[in-house]
Amino acid sequence: MSVIKSKVNVRAPEFAENAAHMQAQVDDLRAKLEAVKQGGGEKSCARHVSRGKLLPRDRVAGLLDPGSPFLELSQLAGYEMYGDDVVNAGGVIAGIGRVQGQECVIVANDATIKGGTYYPITVKKHLRAQTIAEENNLPCIYLVDSGGANLPHQDDIFPDRDHFGHIFYNQAVMSSKGIPQIAVVMGSCTAGGAYIPAMADESIIVKEQGTVFLGGPPLVKAATGEDVTAEELGGGDVHTRISGVADHLARNDHHALQLARQSVGRLNRVKKVALDVTASVPPLYDESEIYGVIPKDTRQPYDVREVIARVVDGSELDEFKALYGTTLVCGFARIHGYPVGIVANNGILFGESAEKGAHFVELCAQRKIPLVFLQNITGFMVGKQYEHGGIAKHGAKMVTAVATAAVPKFTVLIGGSFGAGNYGMCGRAYDPRFLFMWPNARISVMGGEQAAGVLSQIKREQIERKGDSWSAAEEAAFKQPIIDSYEHQGHPYYASARLWDDGVIDPAETRTVLGLAISASLNQAIGETKFGVFRM
Amino acid sequence: MSEQLFEKILIANRGEIACRVIRTARQMGIRTVAVYSDADRGALHVSMADEAVHIGPAPSRDSYLVYERVIDAALKTGAQAIHPGYGFLSENAGFCQACGDNDIVFIGPPVAAIEAMGSKSAAKQIMEAAGVPLVPGYHGDDQDRAILKAAADDMGYPVLLKAVAGGGGKGMRQVWSAAEFDEALDAARREAMNGFGNDDMLVEKYLTQPRHVEIQVFCDSHDNGVYLFERDCSVQRRHQKVIEEAPAPGMTDELRAAMGEAALRAARAIDYQGAGTVEFLLDSDGAFYFMEMNTRLQVEHPVTEMITGQDLVEWQLRVAAGEPLPATQDELTLSGHAFEARIYAEDPDNDFLPVTGTLSFLQPPETSRHVRVDTGVLQGDEVSVYYDPMIAKLIVWDENRDKALQRLTRALREYRISGMTTNLDFLYNLANSAPFRAAELDTGFIEKHHSEIFHDSEAELEQEIPLAALYLVLEQERAAQRARAASGDANSPWFDAGAWRLNEPSVHSFELAIHDNHYPVSVEQTGSADGTRYRISFGGKTIQAQGNLNDSELSANLDGYLVRASVAEHDGSFSLYTQDSALAFSLVAPDIGDADDAAAGGGLTAPMNGTMVTLLVEPGTEVKANDALLVMEAMKMEHTIRAPKAGKVIAFYYQPGDLVDGGAELVEFEVSEQ
Repeated sequence: MSVIKSKVNVRAPEFAENAAHMQAQVDDLRAKLEAVKQGGGEKSCARHVSRGKLLPRDRVAGLLDPGSPFLELSQLAGYEMYGDDVVNAGGVIAGIGRVQGQECVIVANDATIKGGTYYPITVKKHLRAQTIAEENNLPCIYLVDSGGANLPHQDDIFPDRDHFGHIFYNQAVMSSKGIPQIAVVMGSCTAGGAYIPAMADESIIVKEQGTVFLGGPPLVKAATGEDVTAEELGGGDVHTRISGVADHLARNDHHALQLARQSVGRLNRVKKVALDVTASVPPLYDESEIYGVIPKDTRQPYDVREVIARVVDGSELDEFKALYGTTLVCGFARIHGYPVGIVANNGILFGESAEKGAHFVELCAQRKIPLVFLQNITGFMVGKQYEHGGIAKHGAKMVTAVATAAVPKFTVLIGGSFGAGNYGMCGRAYDPRFLFMWPNARISVMGGEQAAGVLSQIKREQIERKGDSWSAAEEAAFKQPIIDSYEHQGHPYYASARLWDDGVIDPAETRTVLGLAISASLNQAIGETKFGVFRM
Repeated sequence: MSEQLFEKILIANRGEIACRVIRTARQMGIRTVAVYSDADRGALHVSMADEAVHIGPAPSRDSYLVYERVIDAALKTGAQAIHPGYGFLSENAGFCQACGDNDIVFIGPPVAAIEAMGSKSAAKQIMEAAGVPLVPGYHGDDQDRAILKAAADDMGYPVLLKAVAGGGGKGMRQVWSAAEFDEALDAARREAMNGFGNDDMLVEKYLTQPRHVEIQVFCDSHDNGVYLFERDCSVQRRHQKVIEEAPAPGMTDELRAAMGEAALRAARAIDYQGAGTVEFLLDSDGAFYFMEMNTRLQVEHPVTEMITGQDLVEWQLRVAAGEPLPATQDELTLSGHAFEARIYAEDPDNDFLPVTGTLSFLQPPETSRHVRVDTGVLQGDEVSVYYDPMIAKLIVWDENRDKALQRLTRALREYRISGMTTNLDFLYNLANSAPFRAAELDTGFIEKHHSEIFHDSEAELEQEIPLAALYLVLEQERAAQRARAASGDANSPWFDAGAWRLNEPSVHSFELAIHDNHYPVSVEQTGSADGTRYRISFGGKTIQAQGNLNDSELSANLDGYLVRASVAEHDGSFSLYTQDSALAFSLVAPDIGDADDAAAGGGLTAPMNGTMVTLLVEPGTEVKANDALLVMEAMKMEHTIRAPKAGKVIAFYYQPGDLVDGGAELVEFEVSEQ
């Protein structure tokens, strides 16, 4: 294979400046996440622990194989979404980790945050984790400790298709596909939540701690006047001896996790990887050099091969059509030994680049090679010449190919993600198996400057039609809030808070994250692709 | 070898000593007969012997101690002589007599010599008459204060006052000077009267730092006698020897000759023949006093063999066959230094209580002219409740004590035993301790240097915890690599990334259990071009480490300091050997609660394999919490089983005399309602 020769001077002052700029963004991300990890705060955590319960992150750690990785998802979910209600990590920890050597999706309620109740974003994150499990054929382990729906937000939680009820729908559907569903009741499991253990293939409940009931003691009292304790109503003894809602009675959290591990050990699942996999070779260039590669000034172009060289095995990339449609880099490479097709933006998309992209995606789909999209795209080229050249139909070919290619797709937003470029490059709407953002990335329908420019152009026309004039100062004052709003809403924290991605990652860990994600995705066999009609 | 001594001998023993005797017999062209109990059907000594005869069930009182069966076995197989080994029938005059009655040669002393040394008080009288020094003492009936005092003054202080009827330290007083005598006597008498209803006292010279030094003697039937120098066996626990060495450190030629001659006088006084050992207490001033004489081959005889180049079993066989001693005193020379360490299945952290189990892994160090291993067990064998829990004797030799000690520690470190707790770590720490290296020996050695030997000081752990933590992390990585081989996704980064976390440091957290204490440790993994680095934090300290693991050998760089260690794992427990210490540690397992409801007789199971001795209450009795219910005997120790809570004894599952497996339910017990 061809080795990418880096042309970056790591001793140049710009490199150091770039690196410092990225470092500051990564530091900020880590600091934000440090706070997120505190869950419901010191007091709430202390109260939780004083009841003999493990904190949710400790539960996850106890469930995982010792010394094995955990690919946490959507750490920033719910970030600054609910005003004074701080819903760290969306009130639920989700991720992929190994249990008994098998990659599993783990969903753990954080009862230190508002009793583990489901905010709208909690529901979204739970559903997203299930989608990942379903698409990648990963067993699900639910560590349940939740008071159910967050009642003040019921209209955004209960009635719609992608609301609370879809959790149980997913359980049923996944179970029907042979994707194991294991629930561990480690606290409350009230109302709709009661269906999580009830719908599970196997369920475990912690005695004198886990409770499962459709209506809790206050509701029972109100409805029938019956006085009953939570334990009598739906404790571990009740459900393992009387009702049969749970299958295994655990003595405490640790024991419950041990039982869950044993349960996974009985699944009789064997991962088979049908790809031509080789031994993993680290890149020739240090992954952390990405910090210095990415220009501080987002408008300044750089060669995306410098990024690829710091992500793929041995910095080796066999480019496809290297001389054609050069604003899109396509090529075959390996990440942690897995063959991948890389599709990376290296400038604005032209008709040729879109056609080349469509062709390359076809190749990968044909050969069942996973696709990795590195998005840094301001959009497709505009202008008369290009519209006449049919850029819309060339873009459509690429979108068709990306949308229908049945190989696992992985998208990383490494810079801008604007407009239709987002579609062609397998944005969230194109169902990549995983989508991650770098802290320097921005996502919106167009750039803030462009949006402000378009809107001010329209405004100026209106004003001038009335015969009025609009000063440059007035125009600038009009544009600034638009630019600010685009900057705010296009920021990775805003995006990640709303689950437009699966997480914001440190650029230096791109290779690791992709490697783990690709490996996890291969639990699902790669199917045959049937493409749609390509507009010619 | 000239003519045949015996054609065939029987070895009335088991384990390492039986194997040891068979080895020499075979070299001499003598055929061997082993005897075995039910428990020893597959034992090494049985497979090594030319013939083997079954002599009964596992308990030695029904097999190895039943001398009629042993004699029958010899008669049946035509063995002309019986080697009794040590223990069992080796100092049993009746057995010796029975051999003679059946025209079988007893490879050991004459009956009379065994009888003479059988009674300790009688032995002392014989020795006194033969001019062998005894610990000075007054054992008279006249209990007048002035007479007792005069006796004490005569022998010189310190002295020990002991109640004649006493035991267990009661009615005993050390007296350091004449001025203290009266008060001490009064106190001792009061205690004795209260304790035993008899306040008669004896006075003995109190030896403050005595050493246990013994002389190996050998006599033949031609009136020849030699001594094969001394062994120092001062390092003892629970009156059992732990590490023996020869020669005794600091021994002078004059003292050696004086002790040797005294030992020979002792042997001659009882017309001794064969191998014998005269045990002395050696005081710090060079005075020595007779303790007792063992009329058999000692466990620790190999150290003498190593420094003299003689085979004492061969000597025994020749002497028993009527040959003269193979060497005269002048021909015997002493060369170099030898140690013997006794490797036991026992728990040094639990008062050296014997343990039982299966030797799931057994790998002795490589033997050479410097390293000798005398053992009677193989991997897969059981260390049972029925016999002595000694697994092996490790014997080393080199030119001088320092070099020999280095050999010893290295060999101990290389010894690998899994399946049960052993004293290997303890022996290693003992052998490495500064006072042992400096040969500051006395019989109180282990008590005196307890903290140094048991390595329970925090300062020691500062060195060892990072090593233990590093080992665990590296071992975890190695386990992941092993799992990789069996996986259908062998190149998966899920095997490589360790405890990787997104946007967080990769931290392994665990808790080490060391000497009943728990130490939380966290190990942060940081990648770098020249290999993985680890930041190990514990107890407020942080250490930068790198390392790699090659089999069980750990090479570590701790804050720039290069250390080598080796780690042995058995059943989730680990032993970490560094140059100067051994540390036993394990991982604290998460508390997963108790399997049974607390009500259901926790603690009413047998602590180990053993025998039911007594039932202390009748079935149906109501008892209070902690009331004694029954007594079991295991490994020569009695264990009392008590009620966990107030309740009622419904039934006992075993009767006195029954053998009980470790972990078996002993009592049907009903907890009373609160």
